[in-house]
Amino acid sequence: MKNRAWLFVAPVLLLVALNALVPIMAVINYSLHYSFAGSAPEFAGLNNYIEVFTDPDFLGALRRQFLFSFCVLLVQIPLGILIAMQLPKSGKSVVVCLVLLGIPLLIPHTVVGLLWRIMTVYEVGIISKIFSYVFDYSYRVTQNPVDAVLTIFFLDVWHWTPLVVLLSYAGLVAIPDQFYQAAAIDGASAWKTFRYVTLPKLRAVLIIALLLRFMDSFMIYAEPFIISGGGPGNWNTYLNQYVARKAESYELGYAGAASIAYLYIVVVCCFIFYTIMTNLGKGIKR
Amino acid sequence: MARIALKSIYHSYTFSQKDAEKMSIPDECVGTEGFVVEDLDLLWEDGTANALLGPSGCGKTTILNIISGLLRPTNGTVLFNDKNVTGYMPKERHVAQVFQFPVVYDTMNVYGNLEFPLENRGVSKKDIRRRIETIAEMLDLDDKLKAPIGSLTPAEKQKVSLGRGIVREDTAAILLDEPLTVIDPKEKWGLRRKLREVQKELRITMIYVTHDQHEALTFADHVTVVKEGQLVQTGSPEQLYADPNSPFIGYFIGTPGMNLFDCVLTDAGLQSGNIVIPISEAIRSKLALTHGSSFQFGIRPEFVQISAPRKEKWHPFTVTAIESLGPYKILTLNSNDVEIKSRAPEDMNVSEEDHVWVNFPEDKSRIFHKDVRLV
Repeated sequence: MKNRAWLFVAPVLLLVALNALVPIMAVINYSLHYSFAGSAPEFAGLNNYIEVFTDPDFLGALRRQFLFSFCVLLVQIPLGILIAMQLPKSGKSVVVCLVLLGIPLLIPHTVVGLLWRIMTVYEVGIISKIFSYVFDYSYRVTQNPVDAVLTIFFLDVWHWTPLVVLLSYAGLVAIPDQFYQAAAIDGASAWKTFRYVTLPKLRAVLIIALLLRFMDSFMIYAEPFIISGGGPGNWNTYLNQYVARKAESYELGYAGAASIAYLYIVVVCCFIFYTIMTNLGKGIKR
Repeated sequence: MARIALKSIYHSYTFSQKDAEKMSIPDECVGTEGFVVEDLDLLWEDGTANALLGPSGCGKTTILNIISGLLRPTNGTVLFNDKNVTGYMPKERHVAQVFQFPVVYDTMNVYGNLEFPLENRGVSKKDIRRRIETIAEMLDLDDKLKAPIGSLTPAEKQKVSLGRGIVREDTAAILLDEPLTVIDPKEKWGLRRKLREVQKELRITMIYVTHDQHEALTFADHVTVVKEGQLVQTGSPEQLYADPNSPFIGYFIGTPGMNLFDCVLTDAGLQSGNIVIPISEAIRSKLALTHGSSFQFGIRPEFVQISAPRKEKWHPFTVTAIESLGPYKILTLNSNDVEIKSRAPEDMNVSEEDHVWVNFPEDKSRIFHKDVRLV
């Protein structure tokens, strides 16, 4: 009788297997072999991994990736909370605000990339023009590394801060008024009210916002690829694009090892974030 | 410590203060829809335990928020010790408020929670420690000071939120907004007793809002009953119980509530269906003056006299239901659509469908006309 339960779980197990386990196993298999452009695979042990972690290109992409995700989170999370706190709590304007804020979230990555690429075309795009007229600066995404990196940064902030806003807003409206009333009676300043009422009550949604935004920003691909093909040089090449390049050049064993390393890094980082956030300030006096 | 007075308070969540100024309060807005509190004059003496009682949605919490300053009334004044504090912020009024569910700061431990209001007011660390130790002892929290707030039971959390109020030495009053709502039944009694103890020890004005008449009557020396934003009656629990000034109070206070039924004044007495309750000349003259002939007759279940053997001049009723409540039982009696409840000793031998004889002693009877008590 007990075994019958497996019957009900089987479809899910099958789905999970096809969805995650099979592809991952296949990639792990590749990563342990030398496999180049269709030649017969040859067992490589951990050599591919050693190669990945000693490759300055991989390490460079990894470093840029961390820096990018760090900066993006550093701006998007506080900005998202700040905007959410300014939104009206009730009335018709709520819907208008939320819909307007939600629009960027509905635009596909490639389209966002194209929009910003058009806006930054040298001497034609609106951003480029503004820079040349207002600051007398020639904004060139394809030539100037700083311009390219900043474009991707602002693009991501524009595209994804609304997600943090929506999540924070949902968290904010769920906080009962009584907590704010108690803080007012206790004579708490605006900052202390935020620090000891709002922030702790937002913890759960902020964990989700942080994890989603970290994973997503850590896997950025389409936008830098469209805007400048990852250039100039390697300035806008992040992990995703780096691995894809390797796969495109049929270095399947090496690309497999890089992919597994990539996956591992994402999972470990998420685990660390999650652990820190759930235990943050629990029962500690201040 | 303060004597708190509300003077002709009106409050509306739909009209702004500016709207209200144009309306020439109080004339225009009496009975206007949208006013949750209307023409309220209330007084709470310094150092007393008070209850504010009323059915859900009658404006109790609004009144409380007006006292604490979380709400500014649309019209009227709030006086603390005869000083007008209507425009004061909650912090400046020095009141404490305990809410329906425990409101505590999750990221602090018990000590941190109690310290918070003092720290915000710039009290020195040494005084804070002394104060917290006193209060924690009073609330039996002294062994929990270092405990994270999440490890406390709801009753203990509620004590912490009370503690945040009384830890300040200048607290003028403590407002409790149905503080036992989420507390386990077996802990309710202990917490209510604790509240009472604290009130007695600190001689602090306490206003306890509740819709539960039992809580109100056991906690307070002085009970104020509010209905639909208006004052119905105020007095000691005994007064409210014995001399309700309206059928509403009669029915609302006491378990079960007062028996009430419509009757008309005839030559023989007060008649309802085929029951005729004889009345004395003194009462008849009071009723007959100007009030027409329809009245409401009220009597508390425990004053209804019943007898199984037939008695002269008593009224025949049929027992329709029996509820046993341990030391006594509640009988539901019926006679031609007049339904009353009566309290009978547990050992009285009756069963459903039995016929019994009932008497309404005149000195325990109350007679109402258009929601006002005449006798």
